[in-house]
Amino acid sequence: MDYGVPPELGVDPSASGGISTGTTIMACVYDGGVVLGADSRTSTGVYVANRASDKISSVTDNVWMCRSGSAADTQNVCAYVKNLVDQHNMERSDADPGMADVKLVANLTMQIAYKNKDKLSAGMIIGGWDSKRGPQVYGIPLGGSLLPCPFTIGGSGGAYIYGWCDDTWKEGMSREEAEAWVTRAISLAITMDSSSGGVIRLVTIDDKGCNKQMLEPYKHLMTYGELPVKRVGVDAMAA
Amino acid sequence: MSGIGTGYDLSTTTYSPDGKVFQVDYAGKAVDNGGLALGIKCKDGVVLGVEKLLAFKMLVPGSNRRIAAVDRHAGMAGTGLAPDARAIVTRARQECAQYLSFYGDRIPAKILADRMAHYLHMFTLYWSVRPFGASTLLAVKDHELGYALYLLEPSGEVQRYFGTAVGKGRQAAKNEIEKLVKADAAGSLSCRDAVKHLARIVYSTHDEKDKAFECELSWICDQSGGEFRRVPKELAEEAITLAKAALEDDDMADA
Repeated sequence: MDYGVPPELGVDPSASGGISTGTTIMACVYDGGVVLGADSRTSTGVYVANRASDKISSVTDNVWMCRSGSAADTQNVCAYVKNLVDQHNMERSDADPGMADVKLVANLTMQIAYKNKDKLSAGMIIGGWDSKRGPQVYGIPLGGSLLPCPFTIGGSGGAYIYGWCDDTWKEGMSREEAEAWVTRAISLAITMDSSSGGVIRLVTIDDKGCNKQMLEPYKHLMTYGELPVKRVGVDAMAA
Repeated sequence: MSGIGTGYDLSTTTYSPDGKVFQVDYAGKAVDNGGLALGIKCKDGVVLGVEKLLAFKMLVPGSNRRIAAVDRHAGMAGTGLAPDARAIVTRARQECAQYLSFYGDRIPAKILADRMAHYLHMFTLYWSVRPFGASTLLAVKDHELGYALYLLEPSGEVQRYFGTAVGKGRQAAKNEIEKLVKADAAGSLSCRDAVKHLARIVYSTHDEKDKAFECELSWICDQSGGEFRRVPKELAEEAITLAKAALEDDDMADA
């Protein structure tokens, strides 16, 4: 397969396991809605195939999906889920067409991820708001399990920010607080993870609908040394 | 019936010249011969009742129930040919389980009712099968409708009701239910009261020629925790005692 990668880079994408394995994605609930966030780097090995990709896909207006792992796998899982949700909405003839039950979407995604676990490399996060259960976040990591949680992180960059997220997570944040929290977490991951980078994309969903945001790199510092990070453990010991 | 003897009533695959499918009508007759099944939707739930006619004196009391739960949040009362009703209940259970495993959530009332309607309708389309000789009342609780009561008929027709009755004595029972609904314009009828009304209707519409019967009562309501359950023994017995007493009062008045 010719990916159009310049040979002087010495990268053979087919040998490096396909497009987009490194990512930072996350989602969290706040008081009245959910925020989903992602970086925008799509890589084939060490080559950045796309520096402004969109890893947050809509299933319906009120349910969105963060994708990590193989871009091809997750795009197709998302397409299957969309199709199943559309079929279900047709069966519920009284349903609002742009809306879906978040738990139902998460469960469908899990079914596909689990049944095809041997073939897929797909880690997904489902976030959304519905009138039945309010704001919800579900993590669907590699093996195809389904984890309802107040916040979750994923992708290679996620590994770097578990500590920070656990430390700074607050229940019942406002919308602004939650968006700032997610932005900060992803920018931290971007500084540490070589396969996360580019812009930060946010999707916020509440009872009134969804809102997409794109934060360009100059709005968040990109290098670890530039960040005024309070090193919780180390500084506490020094004091 | 004008089509009888003309050959138009042998299969569901042939309409009579005036547009009837006689096999479906006959299935309706099978239902009409079954014991009374009735249900009422109240402010806080749905109550189902069945007059289970006993063919033999040696039957174990409480066996061969005509009301069955099909999921935690849904239950059915059947009348007509009992085995046919059981097949419908089995199908409803499968639909509930399949929906739960696929979508990870309890099946909504409307989808369950629609899927059951499709299933029943299939049996009116092929020469190789006969329509079900049973009608079922479906009581469900879900997020969208709250509590709902549906009637599923052999034709594949499904309708949502405040209250209805099928089987023997259905007309008298329907009149009684209509009276209840009309008297309850405020919509304040509770399931506890409805249980007593249903038992009274079952006893008052019972045909003396049929002799032995059991009155089965189940409900899904706030008091049962939103789950389909038998009406608690004390309440059911109280309702049946009151129904018998009301019947005796009526007999005294007649005499």
